[in-house]
Amino acid sequence: MQIDPRGPRFGAAVTSVVLAVVLVTQNPWLLAAQAIVFALGAADASPYGLVFRRFVRPRLGPPAETEDAAPPRFAQAVGLGFAMVGLIGFAAGITALALGATAAALLAAFLNAAFGFCLGCETYLLIRRLQPGRIQ
Amino acid sequence: MAGIATLMATLVLGVVLGLVLRRRDGRMRVVEHAPVTSGDLGADLGERATLVQFSTAFCQPCRATRRILGEVAGMVPGVRHVEIDAESRLDLVRRFDVLRTPTVLVLDGAGNVVKRASGQPRKADVIVALGAAVDGASHGPSQPSDKV
Repeated sequence: MQIDPRGPRFGAAVTSVVLAVVLVTQNPWLLAAQAIVFALGAADASPYGLVFRRFVRPRLGPPAETEDAAPPRFAQAVGLGFAMVGLIGFAAGITALALGATAAALLAAFLNAAFGFCLGCETYLLIRRLQPGRIQ
Repeated sequence: MAGIATLMATLVLGVVLGLVLRRRDGRMRVVEHAPVTSGDLGADLGERATLVQFSTAFCQPCRATRRILGEVAGMVPGVRHVEIDAESRLDLVRRFDVLRTPTVLVLDGAGNVVKRASGQPRKADVIVALGAAVDGASHGPSQPSDKV
């Protein structure tokens, strides 16, 4: 499936703001809400994407080019992983873990929003590399 | 307080990392690798040069890179574009220490790795790297000093 690349970037910008507020307020409920958004995004039903298509996209021109939907969807799953670790940190009262995991998710979202660089996507090959070799 | 400090540190790291990535992304570098054979790749090498692209299913810039390399290969006779699914060729991924996709290797006619880029390369840089590969091959191994 092909999508407008500005959709995931808009989502990354909103995610960055939400995660920045999580860091400042240290509110686990807000992180839990973002985790749900990540989960929906991984299932191709991101509410931020919905907002983009409903309210932002109509005000923009058509995209210069489209992109594959799979990489940003995978990145949302990676974001969900970090959000879960952050929630475990909050639940266990390990603030450093909660802040560290939230900061990692924020870094990825920020790089995507500001530079169009998908850090989550890059982890795919790194994870596969750790697994035993397989030849064609 | 720790939260605000973490936020500031993350944003500074993000800006620095973003600028470094933007600068280095797709840059053609000179590298030292053992020569590559068509058996290694599971595909024929180009007569004069080969553009080897490592891709994955979850790689955003791979599609644009495929288009650029395909165009260049179509433009220059004797040049082939070979795309490798990194996931199914982890042996090659480890051998060339591929950490990111796309990673592009520019091979000369003999399979020597002349240049390498991580991230989406610019078309002009690919053409320049290809020039170096084709030149190096035409001089032959008798003049290795020609190679940078």
